[in-house]
Amino acid sequence: MSTPLAREADSRADDNAVIELAGVDFGYTATPVVKDISLNIVPGEYAAVVGPNGSGKSTLMKLMLGLLRPDEGAARLFGEPSHEFDDGSRIGYVAQHASASKEMPITVREVVKMGRFPHVGFGRLSEGDWKIVDRALETVGMTAFANRPVTQLSGGQRQRAFIARALASEADLLVLDEPTVGVDIESVEAFYDLLDSLNREGITVLLIEHDLSAVTEHADRVVCLNREIYFDGPTEEFVESDALARAFGTTVNFLGGD
Amino acid sequence: MASTLFLQAGVFTPLYWILDLWSWFMSWLWNMTGLGMLQYEFMHRAILVGLCIGVMAPLIGTFLVHRQLALIGDALAHTGFAGVAVGLFVNAVFDLGVSPYLTAVIVAMIAALFIELISEATDAYNDVSMAIVLSTGFALGTTLISINAGGLAVGVNQFLFGNLSTVSPDSASILLVLFAVIIGVVGLTRNQLLYVTFDETAAAVSGLSVRWYNRIMVMLTAMVVVGAMQIMGVILVAAMLVVPVAGAAQVSRSFNESLLVSVVLAELAVILGIAVSYYGGATAGGVIVLVAVGIYVLAVVAGKLQTALGEESTPEMGSIDVDAESTSD
Repeated sequence: MSTPLAREADSRADDNAVIELAGVDFGYTATPVVKDISLNIVPGEYAAVVGPNGSGKSTLMKLMLGLLRPDEGAARLFGEPSHEFDDGSRIGYVAQHASASKEMPITVREVVKMGRFPHVGFGRLSEGDWKIVDRALETVGMTAFANRPVTQLSGGQRQRAFIARALASEADLLVLDEPTVGVDIESVEAFYDLLDSLNREGITVLLIEHDLSAVTEHADRVVCLNREIYFDGPTEEFVESDALARAFGTTVNFLGGD
Repeated sequence: MASTLFLQAGVFTPLYWILDLWSWFMSWLWNMTGLGMLQYEFMHRAILVGLCIGVMAPLIGTFLVHRQLALIGDALAHTGFAGVAVGLFVNAVFDLGVSPYLTAVIVAMIAALFIELISEATDAYNDVSMAIVLSTGFALGTTLISINAGGLAVGVNQFLFGNLSTVSPDSASILLVLFAVIIGVVGLTRNQLLYVTFDETAAAVSGLSVRWYNRIMVMLTAMVVVGAMQIMGVILVAAMLVVPVAGAAQVSRSFNESLLVSVVLAELAVILGIAVSYYGGATAGGVIVLVAVGIYVLAVVAGKLQTALGEESTPEMGSIDVDAESTSD
């Protein structure tokens, strides 16, 4: 647990943290993918993890969510060890839009309904559950598309449906893994506006992102990763720092993404 | 032999009542309609088995197809064949009177678990491990049966290609049990299976044990293919998992609709297929699959027409409103 960064001290101090990583190492093989990661995400934060391809962003996200267990160090979710955390309804997860089954006939409403599954378990959705589903659809502006097959949606609409699923599960943490890859530019803007408004309502947002302009415009805090943390702090400081160049190992401007 | 063993155990008695009841109903239907194929008791059982297949195969197939796992059914059917051979072998050597379909279920379920564990260890379902399991199953089956052939004359064709006339009360009873288990488990875990099928990572994040639901899924698949093998045969059984589901996907808008449509298409294929094979003297499995493929082609055409018309009538958005569905699950 010898972290060179001073940040470690206040990491441990915070009991309220939504996500807490302390001295985390992880590798799929003997070579570590991420090394010595310590960070806290507190309730209501809008944080973004940025880094080049292969920098371990997605691995870090899996460690945070308990989908992977650290080789060294500790990962905690809502105060519990991440892999033991079992109240999945508190976390909304939105993947790259390409990841979910593309051909499957399923309506937007059926997708959003899944958000209620952690609440109903083996049972049926009650009238109250359906109301929550419909409210979530309304929040993301997808009510008119409720009975439309997901396959007929644009990338941006589809991602809204997934956000609605997270809202239907009444998640207080929203984790998005490069949500706007393959989404047209206008929809991207609207998508981030939606995230902003959800964050203002108190939902913690954690964004894994390669689109740096989106990050600097919307997130309050940036974690810059390339196997190790190169920067962790307010977005304004990140913009002025040289962390990006060091993390990416060059001095070019990366606003174009990868 | 087989029947006495199980009847003594009392396990099958209530199932025989169901078969008798069904047979009585079919005879009544024969009297009413005069359809020749309804006059024989073996056809009564074959139709019952067919109808059950028409429900359970697309039901499980829906969850497999949308995960690009369609071929796992084929692999498991071939291990089921090894299971049949084990049953025949054991019977010939020890004179136990165990139904070969029972050993087939057990062997196929073990193989299913094995495929799943390999995929968990390697983090992916891969063609190679599936191909190895498939050919091992089939090789084991043919080897055991060829050894067996000296002592006991066994018709392998019945297992390879399926046969309407060899559906015994025992094997029909086994199928009823499999049917009940499959319907029960899918009914109970439908939410979880849907979530895992549609979005595995999100399902895991939401707290579902993806591994366990995958294990359940492959075990159910093993049950379906062995159950359906009696009529469909080892070689064609996987088609029933895939073809009606693929057809339904062409014309369905929602998941619930696609489940329903795939069952309807499968039942259509089974009933038409059994009728054609009875009157035309062809092998039921082959005819059923041909009918299913024919229906699939029609579904593709219907789907294309639907999309074309849909694009014309709804240029952009807004025509689809909340009125269509209210509180259906």
